[in-house]
Amino acid sequence: MQQGRRNSLLANIDWFIVILYLVLVFMGWINIYSAVYDDTHQSILDVSCQYGKQLIWIGAAILVIIIVLLIDSKFYSTFAYVMYGIGCVLLMSVLLFGREVNGAKSWFEIGSFRMQPVEFAKIAVCLAMARLMSSEDFSFKVVKNYFLAGLILGIPMIMILLQNDTGSALVFCTFIFVMFREGLNNILFVAAFALIFLFILALIVNISLLMLIVGLLCVIGLVVVSGRNKFTRIVLYSAVVLSAVSVVLCTISPELAEMSIYFAMIGYAAMSLLMLVMFFISKMKPMIFAMILMVGMGGFVYSVDYIFNNVLQEHQRSRIMDLLGKNEDVLGTGYNVHQSKIAIGSGGFIGKGFLHGTQTKYKFVPEQSTDFIFCTIGEEWGLAGITVILVLFGALIFRIINKAERQRSTFSRIYGYGVASILFFHVAINIGMTIGLAPVVGIPLPFFSYGGSSLWAFTILLFIFVRLDADRLQVFR
Amino acid sequence: MIEYKIRKYPIMGIILVVLIAIWVKALFLMFDDSLKHSAENNSRRRVVQYPSRGIIYDREGNILVCNEAAYDLMIVPHQTFEFDTVMLCNDLGISKEDVEARILKAKKYSMYRPSVFMKQIDSKVYAQMQEHLYRYPGFYVQNRTLRKYNGGIAAHVLGDIGEVSEAQIEADPYYQSGDYVGKSGVERGYEKILRGEKGVSFYLVNVKGVVQGNYEDGKYDTVAIQGNDITLSISSDLQAYGEKLMANKVGAVVAIEPSSGEVLAMVSMPTYDPQLMVGRVRGKNYDSLLKAPYKPLLNRAVSSTYPPGSTFKVAQALVALQEGVITPNQSFPCDKSKVGCHNHPTPTSVSMGIQMSCNPYFYFVFRRLVQRGIDKNLYKDAAIGLGLWKEKIETLGFNHAFNVGVPGVNKGQIPGPDYYNRLYGENRWAFSTIYSVSIGQGEVLVSPLQMANYASILANRGYYITPHLLKQINGEDYKGEMAEKVVTPFDRKYFDICVEGMDWVVNKPGGTGHNAYIPGITVCGKTGTAQNPHGKDNSVFMAFAPKEDPKIAIAVYVENAGFGGTWAAPIARLMMEKYIKGEISDPNLEQRILTTSILPNATR
Repeated sequence: MQQGRRNSLLANIDWFIVILYLVLVFMGWINIYSAVYDDTHQSILDVSCQYGKQLIWIGAAILVIIIVLLIDSKFYSTFAYVMYGIGCVLLMSVLLFGREVNGAKSWFEIGSFRMQPVEFAKIAVCLAMARLMSSEDFSFKVVKNYFLAGLILGIPMIMILLQNDTGSALVFCTFIFVMFREGLNNILFVAAFALIFLFILALIVNISLLMLIVGLLCVIGLVVVSGRNKFTRIVLYSAVVLSAVSVVLCTISPELAEMSIYFAMIGYAAMSLLMLVMFFISKMKPMIFAMILMVGMGGFVYSVDYIFNNVLQEHQRSRIMDLLGKNEDVLGTGYNVHQSKIAIGSGGFIGKGFLHGTQTKYKFVPEQSTDFIFCTIGEEWGLAGITVILVLFGALIFRIINKAERQRSTFSRIYGYGVASILFFHVAINIGMTIGLAPVVGIPLPFFSYGGSSLWAFTILLFIFVRLDADRLQVFR
Repeated sequence: MIEYKIRKYPIMGIILVVLIAIWVKALFLMFDDSLKHSAENNSRRRVVQYPSRGIIYDREGNILVCNEAAYDLMIVPHQTFEFDTVMLCNDLGISKEDVEARILKAKKYSMYRPSVFMKQIDSKVYAQMQEHLYRYPGFYVQNRTLRKYNGGIAAHVLGDIGEVSEAQIEADPYYQSGDYVGKSGVERGYEKILRGEKGVSFYLVNVKGVVQGNYEDGKYDTVAIQGNDITLSISSDLQAYGEKLMANKVGAVVAIEPSSGEVLAMVSMPTYDPQLMVGRVRGKNYDSLLKAPYKPLLNRAVSSTYPPGSTFKVAQALVALQEGVITPNQSFPCDKSKVGCHNHPTPTSVSMGIQMSCNPYFYFVFRRLVQRGIDKNLYKDAAIGLGLWKEKIETLGFNHAFNVGVPGVNKGQIPGPDYYNRLYGENRWAFSTIYSVSIGQGEVLVSPLQMANYASILANRGYYITPHLLKQINGEDYKGEMAEKVVTPFDRKYFDICVEGMDWVVNKPGGTGHNAYIPGITVCGKTGTAQNPHGKDNSVFMAFAPKEDPKIAIAVYVENAGFGGTWAAPIARLMMEKYIKGEISDPNLEQRILTTSILPNATR
């Protein structure tokens, strides 16, 4: 019986995922080797070097895989909450007993061995979310469930934020994909992205200008939906012209922007009054909707401005400013990204060749074996290498999503989406930050970045799904 | 839940868009050339290999100028990290504030480009600092050479080197800020021969500025070409002797080998030790020399021009004979009503006129040259005559700047019709206005170098080789355009007459230059006592010897020293004897010259 199960396990495992995993881990190790390579240390197996240590982590990861696959798949759903609890306790205790590295108090240190519980917390949260959302009576039509999901995501997020590890806390935002798949109101989903978009705009664009643009769009919207009332149309058209002129003035000169905002405010006040009157006289519902939208967006834009200037910490502000290209200080806060872009840009289309990268080899890029490992790939393997990495990650993520869709068990499906979302978030943000598309938030590139904690965590995360997937035929809905 | 299955597509769509966006952004980075440049700037260090400057020898093969190793400590500010400032202070012997100020200065210049942190560290300090250099990230050492001037002689001839000026950088792209270039003397005059060609090496460096190897295996490196060694025509012994004789006097001595035009000695007094102009003390010493009395930085031998006084009479005689306005046995009365003169017999030949240096004689000679009766109008006639005279007399090297090898050569002045037209107006001057030119006074100005060359022409009886300081380049005799032979348009026979007069000046009773007499050698010379608007008369003497086979032609100027025969003649005599015989037959005379101080009161 035992023997039969083992055989069926091996036969049911998705070898495509396993092979992708092995290829990625191998490429990761090669690049760590290159990043820390030094002519004087020739031995590949030198355990005093990062590549030597990473080789040990990889060996251990194989053992972990075997253990994960040997455990019964029911174990993961049954003990999901327990593991979530353990995860939370670990996060709590790291806050109390942890060690601070690079400003984040997120490490346990036992002797020379260091561990980052936040990596493992991702697995726990993923399991807990799958467990919650797979329960029979779960539906996003019930308000309580929003609260429960928010609680599961919120508790670890707050604790991670308290560790001062914003990047890892943001990872949990990725569960919006999972929730969307499981029936989250699509307006909320779109609104979440719209808010992110507006948030970025609020920071790059002059705030007065942005307000005017928002107002202009609303007014144009109103013109489109408003009735045939001649008087209304004349007022609205003049508002459009007023706003348009203000926008032009704003773009031309910052001094005029100061003035035109008063014009615009008077104009908006007049328009709001008009809309209110219209609503009561002619019962035009779009009017009130447009008004709420206008006031709401204006409020959001101003609160972003407020939060950015008064709530965020200095380093967070400057990282965001770096990202948005509004910070020219390439020697200060922008140094990492600038050097990283230099390394990738200098790689060209086919790269400088294995072990021939000058920028990474000579340590111009900081953290190049961990968070900035992608620079080594870019510099030594060029755009060709970057393309291969993106294709491999894309293939892995899509494979997981497709596999998840084929699960009979809701738990497995949700867990699969969770794995795909977490991987996607890490890949997008990590690579994004090395090429200047995302803020530098210090999260690792899965399977590539040096470090046992992250390698093991992603291995476990992935192989729990492989284990669940191997059993999909034995599960009845 | 089945109705949500479709939502897989928007999710996958978002993921795909983000991955493509990343790919496109990476693609843009590939096209951003500024990143490639930055990468090169980061990791590639350009180190200029400075060629060692040519060594300068004297004509006997002694080293006058050689090179000494020195080190510039360079800094690349963006590669510096925390380091032990105290240790660096101790190594260099400077204060912490100084270190900070220097770092700040470098940062202001550029964060990425290397700049000089400390210049010209000597080998002892460098040896001590070298061990610690690895502890100062962003610092490295660039080898430079400093000049070493031996013997403390010939400061004006040798000159000095200094940092290239902005104007020179613009004029010649070979130079870059911080390069050293000849500033004066032959260092400047023969800069292109001495400097060699810079080379450049590219190294790969890591973030701490530590060299990791050659860039592209040295494919783009160029090798520095060493500067050429040169041999100057200067004789160190004669130069040093001249400087000794001229000590505590103001003036110049130029000695030339007539057969080759090679300058044997070029003394300008007061002088200074050329080694003062080396290294970090240069600026300070330069300032104090600039303020010192009698302008020691001025190379009087080539840059100062004086009225030649009576030495000019030989030239006047030559021109008059060649122009046919007088005959060799021309006699003029010593009519003191025209110009003052001393008591002497009436000269009955040109040679005698020279021998006695009779002023009225040359007054009449010059009158014949100027007022030739070509035009009935006295004034027009004078203009024509002076024009013809100027043309002839200038062939003797007057009003001409010789490319002798040092900068600041003054061409002197020969007044012509234009000059006087400007001064007095056209047709408003005649011989009677300008007669002082006849005896080398007035508007005639000649530099000591020109005077020596003039003596050289007389020694050669008709030609000169352009005076020059360059004898050999890398041991090969120099035969270039700087040593061009120029033949003057005077007949040999007229030279003989003039030389005869110069012989009598020194060797016959009644000659004005008896103090230049050397037993056993026939010296030919001419004294000059040039009036000087600044004070006492300048003492001038020009001569060559021996008469039959001239080895040396010399000009001596002693400012404000009075009669030419009293000071300039004996100095010339000692120089010539020293050069020809190698020893001095009259130690008393030598002693008298060495111990006399003739310093003008006026600090000019």
